[in-house]
Amino acid sequence: MMIQTDDRYKTDSRYKMVEKTMKKLNYDRSALIETLHTAQESFGYLENETLKFIARRLKLPYSKVYGVATFYHFFRLKPKGKHTVVVCMGTACYIKGADKILAKMEEKFQVKAGETTRDNLLSLISARCVGSCSLAPIALYDNKPVGNLSLEQSIDEAKELLND
Amino acid sequence: MINSLEELQQVANKKRDLNKNAHEELRVCIGSSCAALGSNEFLKDLDKEVKSASLDKKCRVKGVGCNGLCSEAIMVAHYHKVGDRESIYSKIDTTHTEKFIDTLNTQTPLQDKKCDTTQPFFTKQKKIVLENAGIIDPNDIDDYIAHDGYLALFTCLEDLTPNEVIEEIKTSGLRGRGGGGYPTGLKWETVSKVESNQKYIVCNGDEGDPGAFMDRAVMEADPHKVIEGMAIAGYACGANKGYIYVRAEYPIAVEKLNKAIKQARKKGILGTQIANSGFSFDLEVRLGGGAFVCGEATSLIASIEGNRGNPRQKPPHLSDYGLWKEPTVLNNVETYANIAAIIRNGGEWFSSIGTSTSTGTKVFALTGHIKNTGLVEVPMGISLRELIYDIGGGPTGEKKLKAIQTGGPSGGCIPESMLDIPVDYDSLKNIGSIMGSGGLIVMDEDSNMVEVARFFMDFCQSESCGKCVPCRVGTTELTNLLDKFIAKKATKSDYVLLKDMCEVVKDSSLCGLGQTAPNPVLSTIKYFENEYLEGNCND
Repeated sequence: MMIQTDDRYKTDSRYKMVEKTMKKLNYDRSALIETLHTAQESFGYLENETLKFIARRLKLPYSKVYGVATFYHFFRLKPKGKHTVVVCMGTACYIKGADKILAKMEEKFQVKAGETTRDNLLSLISARCVGSCSLAPIALYDNKPVGNLSLEQSIDEAKELLND
Repeated sequence: MINSLEELQQVANKKRDLNKNAHEELRVCIGSSCAALGSNEFLKDLDKEVKSASLDKKCRVKGVGCNGLCSEAIMVAHYHKVGDRESIYSKIDTTHTEKFIDTLNTQTPLQDKKCDTTQPFFTKQKKIVLENAGIIDPNDIDDYIAHDGYLALFTCLEDLTPNEVIEEIKTSGLRGRGGGGYPTGLKWETVSKVESNQKYIVCNGDEGDPGAFMDRAVMEADPHKVIEGMAIAGYACGANKGYIYVRAEYPIAVEKLNKAIKQARKKGILGTQIANSGFSFDLEVRLGGGAFVCGEATSLIASIEGNRGNPRQKPPHLSDYGLWKEPTVLNNVETYANIAAIIRNGGEWFSSIGTSTSTGTKVFALTGHIKNTGLVEVPMGISLRELIYDIGGGPTGEKKLKAIQTGGPSGGCIPESMLDIPVDYDSLKNIGSIMGSGGLIVMDEDSNMVEVARFFMDFCQSESCGKCVPCRVGTTELTNLLDKFIAKKATKSDYVLLKDMCEVVKDSSLCGLGQTAPNPVLSTIKYFENEYLEGNCND
């Protein structure tokens, strides 16, 4: 098997970003989480190749890198769909019916929270709390926050995204 | 570079000088709720219009942090420096730009949008942590300095010894605002006495409680205040390096903090030999990854070190064995945000606010079925009833209030009948809830308490790091049991098991997450037992 060399960062601008973060933090092992953040930002998600690259550059076992990447909810190991809807499931949203909104979305678009539809068009994500509790229940449609959502509106907004 | 207290005051005076600066300010709230309604676009528009009407010499348009009354978003304040007058406008939208230009020209207020500042929401609050929120531009260090910013740090460096700083904090009676309530002065003293060449100051900005956004607001509205508090802690404890651990879900807070750190370095407020005093201190921001357990001290440290956020047994405590095995002070954002005011006004002043065992103020995020949702800061000891009915305006609609949840997944539900208890660490603990970080969720009579308990248990179950068995297995079993109660299929022995298991998880879990996870169940059993029994336990 050919071992892939680690100098992809010289040519690929996405790897270059990742390399920059590691360099800034002196390739210290503690740079791992910061590096994963940068990697997710530049690649959109963390694929195995990227994790292996980071492991080699930081001289960490791959198991460690994989372990950290799967521990934190923020890191995605699968690509996101074309559009994303994030339904806030914080307490304030929950008592104002966010669970029903999420259930309705799951049913309507045939997708489970945390997953992407088969056609890769829509990722449905449930968030712990987006910190806009006074607009509860709230969801983010491709990062656009829509507050005081009703059941119908939550679906309509998503349909609008998909029709774009 | 600012090299002394005198130079700091010169910077402040220059910024305050009315001959050089605009006399009026339009302060547009860019906090999370206002921003969700488009306040950033409104701000840009307004700024452009003010400039094109050549009013920018007279009036400065600036984006400010959370103003508090989030339910009335977008909030805009029109401030006159002469006479220190302010008119607050609520429910502004992006169509109001022209009206503000008229107001600036004619000086007649926008009557129909004017917000009554004599209502209890404003008058019953006492602002220390949030004193600058809604007032200063978080992107502008000079604006912070003009509002007595960094005065406390420079006073410490020039006039106070580290021990005197610690004494002042001890006198103030300040207790940790993350929820635990450990006396801050004692914590600092312990670390200051440990002999070590390297110590660390760490700030917990991993606000994981669902339904809480106090720390977010502080970091976004007044990032320099957190930096100043941490630098003073560094001076008092002999540490020269600090870390702010912030949730990655708060990108604006991260951006504001990084910007503030950069500005402070440029002014010589962070770095080596601050104000020629021989004291050096620098800060870095570290991103969290959305793990609730990382709010626990030892997990947070593990996460900063780049590991999975697993907690470890204590002792050794962080004061001996913290970040990279060195002595470490760990405080919450709100705790650090109190420090500057305590140094400026004295510990005595701070201890005169609140109750004898819980001094100062507390910031709460009021949410749920309540009229005035938003961010409030009240003196400790205020009754829950005042907080909910006077400041919060009572429950929405015709519904009756049923319970209040404090402390998030580690806290409990307080029934309506106990609303007259004072808000302080000890009273809340006595009735089975906790102060927590400050999320306060109001629930009306339609809320099902068993479902609420299940919601929190499910949260803890999926946030459990899995290191210890009682928490990993216990929270899963408890969630399953609660499902049985909701499905009305529980037997009497299920009820006994539920209560027993709560005690086991509480007593034998490794860290705070597991130890407090049963609290929402226990407190709802205590006050709303009939909801568990109804339809269940009929065998």
